[in-house]
Amino acid sequence: MKNKFFVDDNGYYGEFGGSFIPEMLYNNIKELQKNYKNFIRSVQFQTLYKKILKNYVGRPTPLFFCKKYSKKYKTKIFFKREDLNYTGSHKINNAIGQSLLAKQLNKKTIIAETGAGQHGVATATVCALMDLKCVIFMGETDINRQYTNVLRMKSLGAKVIPVCSGDKTLKDAVNEAIRYWINHPESYYLIGSTVGPHPYPQMVADIQSVISEEIKIQLKEMYGSCYPNYVIACIGGGSNAAGSFYHFLDNDSVNLIAVEAAGHGIKTKKTAASIHCGSKGILHGSMTFLLQNEDGQVIPAYSISPGLDYPGIGPMFANLFIKKRVKFLYSTDKEALREGYELIRSEGIIPALESAHALASLKKISFKKEDTVVVILSGRGDKDINVYEKFLTKNLSYDE
Amino acid sequence: MNKINDLFKRKNSRILCIYFTAGFPKINSTTKIINTLQNLPVDLIEVGIPYSDPLADGTVIQNSNKISLKNGMNLSLLFSQIKELKNKMTVPIIVMGYYNQLYKFGEKNFLENCKKSGVSGLIIPDLPVNLFINKYQNLFKKYSLSMIFLVTPQTDSSRILFLSQITNGFLYLVSSNSTTGKIVDFFGKEQISFFEKIKKLPISTPKLIGFGIKDKETFNFSCQYANGGIIGSSFIQSLNKNNLEESIKKYIKSIVD
Repeated sequence: MKNKFFVDDNGYYGEFGGSFIPEMLYNNIKELQKNYKNFIRSVQFQTLYKKILKNYVGRPTPLFFCKKYSKKYKTKIFFKREDLNYTGSHKINNAIGQSLLAKQLNKKTIIAETGAGQHGVATATVCALMDLKCVIFMGETDINRQYTNVLRMKSLGAKVIPVCSGDKTLKDAVNEAIRYWINHPESYYLIGSTVGPHPYPQMVADIQSVISEEIKIQLKEMYGSCYPNYVIACIGGGSNAAGSFYHFLDNDSVNLIAVEAAGHGIKTKKTAASIHCGSKGILHGSMTFLLQNEDGQVIPAYSISPGLDYPGIGPMFANLFIKKRVKFLYSTDKEALREGYELIRSEGIIPALESAHALASLKKISFKKEDTVVVILSGRGDKDINVYEKFLTKNLSYDE
Repeated sequence: MNKINDLFKRKNSRILCIYFTAGFPKINSTTKIINTLQNLPVDLIEVGIPYSDPLADGTVIQNSNKISLKNGMNLSLLFSQIKELKNKMTVPIIVMGYYNQLYKFGEKNFLENCKKSGVSGLIIPDLPVNLFINKYQNLFKKYSLSMIFLVTPQTDSSRILFLSQITNGFLYLVSSNSTTGKIVDFFGKEQISFFEKIKKLPISTPKLIGFGIKDKETFNFSCQYANGGIIGSSFIQSLNKNNLEESIKKYIKSIVD
């Protein structure tokens, strides 16, 4: 599919993207650039991929019409339930897609980074399924705050390597995964988001596009029209937003809203909002927007949600921002917690803190009554239950 | 004439290049280290600009980067430190950093500062060669700065030849596919066949071997296959912040007696 917002033949999205890697990774990246497109578009891949998604992951995920929220926001609100995927988030789509490519390229070891642990768990799961060796890099800070996911990865047979460099979160896990890849070029780096050198951002978006493909079909069945008025997704690196926006990018009638994690607020230093607070530069092999100082030193991100705690954004989104095709909003820790908790009590759905950022933006948009609004619940919040619990205790004591 | 090209005209074997991180162990160590090194049998000095995310570096250089940044090192300060020595500088200085540092500082501004402070060349491992050719090559010529490219045991012959024509000053042979400072089997089969392959290729540019050189034995070995070697992590580890000059002298002596 040709699309002006997709990567061009040189690996760029407008002025963003590219492949800024040391020579040690040249062959690895070349191998992917040469092979990924034909493989992913092949009937062989598509058939197998869709079959695993259906029978193993449980796709398609429901598009749930939410009566209470529709009433509250005076519009039609749907939740795309990516939290119902096996392993608990959209990350499994990408893990399966790229593992099939790794198999095709005859790789025996998969390496991956993880923040919240969702991508790590998805990768470890698929590696068990496909008999691949699995090495996961996870920042020490994240290991502490998402420990159940560490246990899951370990029980699945993955080796979890704690990352102690930098501020010990997602960015540092990516650094360490890349360093390991330099030292073990025979392995396959299964990157979890639409970040990294070309072709990763486009490859991950292509694989995740199943989300918007399903939304189109589901809306058509219900309303006869494929196109919603709004699609709202949280954004860190961008894999869930990329998959959710993918098939709507070339239809301007669909408002695409990406919600960044503002942490304590975009005017504070404790934030992860790369579009709102960042500037143009290179992070993890691509030209994009990132949090950095005037010397180009990367500033550590902060967010309560480990999956969004990343100082950059996928290059595709840097371009979508500049071209004004996607509108970027932000939610703070507090807003996300409050709205996440609201969903738990209203619908019995425990959303991941990442997804709660998307929910928190609903208040900031004025919808029309006849609008169709799709909010992506990218993952489930079991992993965050301690944080919700703490928030609840604190707020109850405030009330007293 | 560029000092690096000049050096290789005068001397084409047993070139010793020492890498260290600016601002480590102390913020004012940069000038002390350069001054000490250039009075020793050291032919080239590579100054690393500390970076928050040094992707190609192992733990030793990661750590020196971290401490240097904590010490408050930044680009303006680094350029002014090097500039201080400009008139006393006999040995060519190469600056090593990551592309984002050059980009964010402003490429022209960065290169101008290099020129003004007496820097002769740059190593930017994550700058794609095509981008260099299209965007920067003329600018480097204008400021008579060398841009040094790397090749690894995985680089195929045609690309090695291509990079050997683009690189200026010398071609950097990365001894193994690894990050810096990793203990590599320097005399391993893979290394030797890589060095032999390079030796047979029609490359007129001088070559220096780096990554894994840590003592006299590995340095001598690199001199058999190239015009010399580059030492980084092992030198940094030898630095004693309480007696910087002595520790440097002792280390260089252990390499070239």
